[in-house]
Amino acid sequence: MAKGTVVINQDRCKGCGLCPTVCPQNVIFMADDVLNAKGYHPATLVDLDEQCTGCAICAVICPDVCITVYRETPAKKHAPVLA
Amino acid sequence: MLATLNAPISENSLQVVYEYPESLSPVVTHYCPGCTHGIAHRLLAEALDELGLREKTILVAPVGCSVFAYQYFETDGCEAAHGRAPAMATGLKRVQPDKIVVTYQGDGDLVSIGAAEILHAAARGENITTIFVNNAIYGMTGGQMAPTTLPGQKTTSSPFGRNTTMTGSPIRMSELLANLDGPAYIVRRSLHDVKNIRKAKKAIITALKVQMAGLGFSMVELLSSCPTNWGIQPEKALEWIEDNMVPYFPLGDYKVRDEVNGL
Repeated sequence: MAKGTVVINQDRCKGCGLCPTVCPQNVIFMADDVLNAKGYHPATLVDLDEQCTGCAICAVICPDVCITVYRETPAKKHAPVLA
Repeated sequence: MLATLNAPISENSLQVVYEYPESLSPVVTHYCPGCTHGIAHRLLAEALDELGLREKTILVAPVGCSVFAYQYFETDGCEAAHGRAPAMATGLKRVQPDKIVVTYQGDGDLVSIGAAEILHAAARGENITTIFVNNAIYGMTGGQMAPTTLPGQKTTSSPFGRNTTMTGSPIRMSELLANLDGPAYIVRRSLHDVKNIRKAKKAIITALKVQMAGLGFSMVELLSSCPTNWGIQPEKALEWIEDNMVPYFPLGDYKVRDEVNGL
């Protein structure tokens, strides 16, 4: 399975908690011990076993466009993944 | 802020499969946590990026929660009076027919005070695109009953639930406009899960293509959530859309002219 990772911009995150509910690999959590500048608990990637596949489902549901997704072998190079 | 987004990753083999759309301003929106306005904004920005329309788009912002929409897109934009976005868009498109004119309106704006404007813009078949965000409540003003509020739904101005004998029944705007001859493309989509968000994006792209081809009025209605004014968590709000709004506002294509299928 393709390996990937996500970078979450925690300054933008409003802590709505939608991305952990859709993550198929359950590697995104809300950081209950962290507060960002706006006072929200931001989402965070905890992927010690490298289970993230870079499927970008979290980026599709994120209302605040905080998530950048990387994948080792994208299905189509430069093709928009959400199309 | 974008510098953080595009921070270099140590492994060179990783490639970006999703990043911040170019048409979206790098500012943090004022929307509440979990509000699907953010998703709708992103879908429109991605659609503009994919069709290469950013430089020639004029976005007409409404009054409502999305009143600052012109600040959130890297396109030209202007602000219309409450409900009058289709009227302003009509003028813009007629004066500058080579531009892509998009209105982004909520349900209080489009179905209530702006009902006449959208009806007549659609009836005239104005070559504009409307993104209609339906969250069944007035968000900005504090959660009052809207024309799209569901029967029995509690709002600050219907604290015992919407009483249909007194206030009538919710208006299904897509079905209403689809009866007219002017519109070329009218569909309803939902933003309550990933699959439907992807469908919504395809619909927005088609609606913009309809305008590029000059076929007439196009509108995409997006069922949306308002966790703050509904008084529920963002995740539950998405479930509430699926359980309550989708049965009343069925998803589907209400008007698709034959020419649209060839796009």
